[in-house]
Amino acid sequence: MKRVLEGSHAVAEAVRLARIQVISAYPITPQTHIVEILSDYCASGKMNARFLRVESEHSCLAALIGAQSTGVRTFTATSSQGLALMHELLHWASGARLPIVMAEVNRALAPGWNIWTDQSDSLAQRDTGWMQFYCEDAQEVLDTMLMAYRLAEMVNLPAMVVLDAFFLSHTYEPVDVPEQEEVDRFLPAYVPEFRLDTAHPFALSPLVAPNAYMEMRREIAAAMDEALERLDSVEEKFAGIFGRRYGAVEAVCCDDADIVLVTSGTVTSTARILLEELRAKGEKIGILKIKLFRPFPVEAIRRALAGAKKIAVVDRNFSFGATGIFAQELRAALCNVPDHPPVFGFIAGLGGRDITTEVLASIVEQTKTADAPPAESIWIGLTEAAYAFGRP
Amino acid sequence: MVEIRFHGRGGQGTVVLTILLAKAFFQAGWQVQSFPFFGVERRGAPVEAYLRLDRAKILARTNVTTPDHVVVQDQTLLANISVTRGLKPGGWVLLNCATDPEDLSIYAGQQLACVDASRIALGHRLGSRTAPIVNTAMMGAFARMFGEPPMEAIIAAIREEVPAEPERNIAAAEEAYRDVRILGRIPVS
Repeated sequence: MKRVLEGSHAVAEAVRLARIQVISAYPITPQTHIVEILSDYCASGKMNARFLRVESEHSCLAALIGAQSTGVRTFTATSSQGLALMHELLHWASGARLPIVMAEVNRALAPGWNIWTDQSDSLAQRDTGWMQFYCEDAQEVLDTMLMAYRLAEMVNLPAMVVLDAFFLSHTYEPVDVPEQEEVDRFLPAYVPEFRLDTAHPFALSPLVAPNAYMEMRREIAAAMDEALERLDSVEEKFAGIFGRRYGAVEAVCCDDADIVLVTSGTVTSTARILLEELRAKGEKIGILKIKLFRPFPVEAIRRALAGAKKIAVVDRNFSFGATGIFAQELRAALCNVPDHPPVFGFIAGLGGRDITTEVLASIVEQTKTADAPPAESIWIGLTEAAYAFGRP
Repeated sequence: MVEIRFHGRGGQGTVVLTILLAKAFFQAGWQVQSFPFFGVERRGAPVEAYLRLDRAKILARTNVTTPDHVVVQDQTLLANISVTRGLKPGGWVLLNCATDPEDLSIYAGQQLACVDASRIALGHRLGSRTAPIVNTAMMGAFARMFGEPPMEAIIAAIREEVPAEPERNIAAAEEAYRDVRILGRIPVS
C-alpha cells in the first residue's frame, strides 16, 4: 500500500520487513530518524530484534561483527564522522565475509561543521570491500535495502545503501510499503555459511601468513565480481514480485546523446526535469545514473556511453589532490576504450549546496561550448570567500 | 507543480503541518513531497517547511525559492522575516492573526486570507496561552482558501498523524475552515 513516508522511515520499514535480528547504532544527524523509529519498533515489540546501544560508531560496528558472526541478520545506520570512525572495522566486516547491511546518509565531513549532504563520507570508504548503492528516491531506498540483504548474503560481503541527507532522508513522499509475506518470498530467512556456535567451538580470523593472505584477498575480489553478475537475477526476482527494477546503471536517452550527464543520488531526479526541457528544445542530452558504485559496473557504463560525444560527470564530492571521485572512476573505465569521448568533471553541491536545474543547465552549457575540458575539475557556483582575518 | 512555503516558530508544529497536508493531498489524489528547511531547529526560532503538489511524480530535489503560496503561523515573524520573499505574483498568503492587518502594502499583488488560529487552538485546549498549537487550525483554513484538500482527507490525516487529542484537533480544523476570512486580491496602489 502506498503511504506518505519520510526517506528515513522507508529505511526503517525495510529493516522491519527484512526481519533483522540485531540492530546497533550510535546517533548522528541526519541518520537519527532511522534508528529512532527502529528503537521504538524494538521496544514496542513490533520487531523481534535486539537493539544494542553503544558508546561509539566503532563499538557499533564491532558489536554487529560479533552478532553477525553468530549467524543473525544485522543492521546499522550512520553518517559522516560516524562512518569515518567505523573505518577500521569496515575492512574487518568485509575481510571476515560478513553480509552486514548499513544505511549511510551522505553528510559532509568536518571541519567546517556541516550536517548537509555530500558524498565524500561514503566514497572515502570505497576500498573497504563494501558494496555501495546510491539511491534516487525513498521507494528506491526501501527496495534497495531488501535487495542489498539478498545480494550480500549470496556473496558474503557487506553492503552500504546510500541516501542523500535531507533531500532524501528528511523528505516525505509516497512510498509503496510491501506486505510481509511478499518480502518473505523475496528474502528468505538468513542461512549463514558459517556461524560461531558454543557447542562446536572454533576460531575466526586468525593470523594469516603470506602463503594464504593473497588468496583470501582474491576471494573477496571474486565475490565482488560475483555480486555484479548476480545483481541482475536479484533484480529479476524482485521485479517479479514487486514490479520494480533499477539496474546497476540507468541510461536515459543516451543512444543519440551529444552530451551525457553522469549523475548519482537525488541529483538524477532533478536532471530528469532538465532533460525533458532540453529535449523539447531539440538538444540531445542523455543521463547516465550510476546506482552501483562498488562493484563498479564498468561494462554497463562502457555500453551506455558508446554513442556519447561528450560526458559531463556531476560529483558532489572531491578527492583532494585529484578530482571528483565518480569522474575518476569513469575516466578509468573508459581509458582503454579507443576514441572514447572527453570526460568533463564538475564539482557541485558540496556541503548541501543546492544542485538546481539551473546548475545542471550551466554544466551542460559549459560542456557544449568547450571542445575539451579546460581543467580536470570545474567547480560550479563558487562565490568569493569572505576572510575573517583578511587575505594574505 | 504547486510549491508552498510555511513559516512558523520551533514548537508550533510547522513541519507537522506540511506532513499533515502532504498526507491529506495524497489521499485526495495528488502527488506530494514535503520537507523542512534543512537546518538546526530550536524552540521559538523561525522555521520554514515546504510542500510540493503535482499531478505527476515529483522529480525536483531542490529547495523551494519561488513558492506559489505562503502560510504564516506566527504574526510576530513579520517584523523580522520577509514572508513574501520569492512569492509568485497572485499567490495566496495565509496569515494567523486576530484582526486583519492594517498595512496591506506588503501583500500588494497577492491574495490574502486571515484566520485567528491561536484563538481557535486555545478554544479547543491545544497548547498553552503563550504557545498555542495552531497547525491543525491552519490546516483547516488552508483547505478553505486553496479549495483543497477536502475535509474528509484532513480528518483522516489528523487521525493518522496526531496521536494526542485527534478529536480536538479535528474540531479546530473545522472551526478554522468556517472562520477563515478570505480577503482575496490586494490591489497594487
